[in-house]
Amino acid sequence: MTEPATAPATGEQRPRPSATGLLAPAAPTKRRPPAPERPSAWQRLKANRNFRRGFACVIGFLVLAVMLGPEGSATAPLSGVTSSLFTPRVLIFVGLGLALGLVMTAQDRYGPQIRRASDRVTSVPRRLLPDRRARYGFYVAALAFAVVVPMHISGYWQGVLVQQIGIYVLLALGLNVVVGFAGLLDLGYVAFYAIGAYTAAYWSGALPVHPPIVLNMFWIIPFAILAAMLAGVILGTPTLRLRGDYLAIVTLGFGEIIEIVATNLGGFTGGAQGALGIPHFRFNLLGLHYVWGIADLPYYYLLLGFVVISMVAFWSLDNSRVGRAWSAIREDEVAAEASGINVLKYKVMAFAIGASTAGFAGLLTASQISYINPGDFTVQVSILILVLVVFGGMGSIWGALIGAAVIEWFQWFLQVHPLFGYQPQDLYMYLGALLIVMMIFRPEGMIPSRRRKREIGLAEHGVGTADALSEPVGQAV
Amino acid sequence: MCFTENFWSLLIGGLANGCLYALIAIGYTLVYGVLRLINFAHSEVFMSGGFAGYFILEAMVGSRQPTGVGEVGLALIGIVGGALAGGLVAYLLERVAYRPLRRRHAPRLAFLISAIGASYFLFNLAGKEFGRDAVEVPVTFTGTLFTVFGAQIQSYYVLIAVSAIVMFVFLDRVVALTKLGRGIRAVAEDAETASLMGVDIDRVISQTFVLGGLLGGAAGFLFGISAGVVYTMGFTPALKAFTAAVLGGIGNLRGAVLGGLTLGVAENLPSACVGASWRDVVAFGILVLVLLFRPTGLLGERLGRSA
Repeated sequence: MTEPATAPATGEQRPRPSATGLLAPAAPTKRRPPAPERPSAWQRLKANRNFRRGFACVIGFLVLAVMLGPEGSATAPLSGVTSSLFTPRVLIFVGLGLALGLVMTAQDRYGPQIRRASDRVTSVPRRLLPDRRARYGFYVAALAFAVVVPMHISGYWQGVLVQQIGIYVLLALGLNVVVGFAGLLDLGYVAFYAIGAYTAAYWSGALPVHPPIVLNMFWIIPFAILAAMLAGVILGTPTLRLRGDYLAIVTLGFGEIIEIVATNLGGFTGGAQGALGIPHFRFNLLGLHYVWGIADLPYYYLLLGFVVISMVAFWSLDNSRVGRAWSAIREDEVAAEASGINVLKYKVMAFAIGASTAGFAGLLTASQISYINPGDFTVQVSILILVLVVFGGMGSIWGALIGAAVIEWFQWFLQVHPLFGYQPQDLYMYLGALLIVMMIFRPEGMIPSRRRKREIGLAEHGVGTADALSEPVGQAV
Repeated sequence: MCFTENFWSLLIGGLANGCLYALIAIGYTLVYGVLRLINFAHSEVFMSGGFAGYFILEAMVGSRQPTGVGEVGLALIGIVGGALAGGLVAYLLERVAYRPLRRRHAPRLAFLISAIGASYFLFNLAGKEFGRDAVEVPVTFTGTLFTVFGAQIQSYYVLIAVSAIVMFVFLDRVVALTKLGRGIRAVAEDAETASLMGVDIDRVISQTFVLGGLLGGAAGFLFGISAGVVYTMGFTPALKAFTAAVLGGIGNLRGAVLGGLTLGVAENLPSACVGASWRDVVAFGILVLVLLFRPTGLLGERLGRSA
């Protein structure tokens, strides 16, 4: 690391590569004979692919041992590491690491056989999917499952199902439009969630400033969606003209700012205390009255309805002209632009659709919990949603749904059954590690969209880009 | 205007902050130069520098309070320790979160996601291992050295200014004169051609991360002297440093320094009017305005000729 400091003197005045330059490589060829014995045992070991992999696996599992180990403190910074590495427990992790290395090596050797065997299993849904009856049968069964099962679970899980799983499925579906369909990275998704929630609070009269008329929750839906969409367009239009990674950092900043603004603007948002008493959904039409109270189950069915609607909507969007434009932009932005696709328009559109979904989810949360404060809308919520999308599979609607459901379920399962020394405050450490691991080993996600998977594979072979982050066409920026 | 009465002290405070932003911004700009990517995990490089400096000083000082020359010596040790930790973390980061993806020619989206994952992993790991409460570095540098136009110059500002200038000069010389610097410039200009010319790209990228990490880590310690060290300390300064890098023209080292100083002043002056709690909002507003009206930054992007 100190190399740069010691090197400067020789840097510029290196002799021209004339005579010495030509002679220099000749010298070692004379001493060629003993060369075969040159690499030491360590070097040969280092060059060995299986060794390197095993080594990486063991290191990875040692990191995991530290992650699952006890906490340290500022007065004893190394205590956490030492007490998780210098115990017999660490042998389990070393063993697991070695086992993983062995499995990967075996997969190397028997890869084709394994793939053929696993294909026989995984191709069942693919063979059945084209069959329309089988597909609709599956949809109906899934829906029936989603309708019936929540009635028979405990109150804790019903709460989790609404406040965590349901809302986050909706959020993941929305972010999937931005990250998956359009290939953009939005790290401040929570901002639109917050805007939706605060819009709901405003129009229902729960904020210190009062609206012209207090509205029923159902009538606020368009306002919340519009407000979030507007914010998305205002933020997206200038930024989406630029490089894709600028969008990521601007949204990250926006996600941070929204919390500060909500806290500081006490006169408008209720400040750090937040807004209390946001009304529940209520239905009052043609003599029918119904109020969604504090019970979870009615909200669950409301949410289920909205989730199904958005899944259908996003699925048809993806299979429409718009969806084709998005995939064209992902695969090759220059070619898309040249074929007459207004790239900026479609990017802003994706961004706004994602934002409005978040706004809608914000409204639902606000109404269900009937209390919001700036602490609900921290940047890390956006990271959580990103993990849900990445884990399930970017660009895959079922991936977003199942990824969100699995991770959220597991998180709240660990809350009640803290296995392996899990502590809730470490959640984002695990999620961060999960993001890295997913990107290294399975960037297309657990339930990949077929198109997206192929794009990533092609991009890795130098065809296309698989995201919309490249430099914009025809601009010097 | 509301900032005229304290103009000089606001200006000097802003410049001091600006030096720190510049040190971090250089890390962004260097990595951007060679990889064309924003290193989202640079905030954690900064944080690790703060922690390393704190632990080293805590171990050396014990319970007695250092004064005078001793304090300066300790600060130097802290800066060096922070820089080394920053360099180490940056190296590991490149090795774990970037290199496997680079080998596979993964899409850029994958790099950004992996980097943000690394960032969350690192700072939460630090929170777990080092505790989640802010700690105070045992050196303080609170005394006033002299007065300029009625503004009291704290010794802390002098420390920041001197060490930042030394590091700027060091970096400038490294990039201009050494083999590594030439490699960085070559890779920034055209990585493929550079590799054909015999530049070991992996090595150059790795060392570029380390170089940016050294400065970022040192900045982390300097920041920690006044603001305390806590596991979430990286986020906001790093976001502002990115703003500074864009403001000066990303990929441009002198631009990063200019952008850092400009941003430090530009966020400090209005905060006298609207209150310090809005300072971050002002900085973010500057980022959006720069991207709207001058996305190439003040000095323009000079990728490849980054010195």
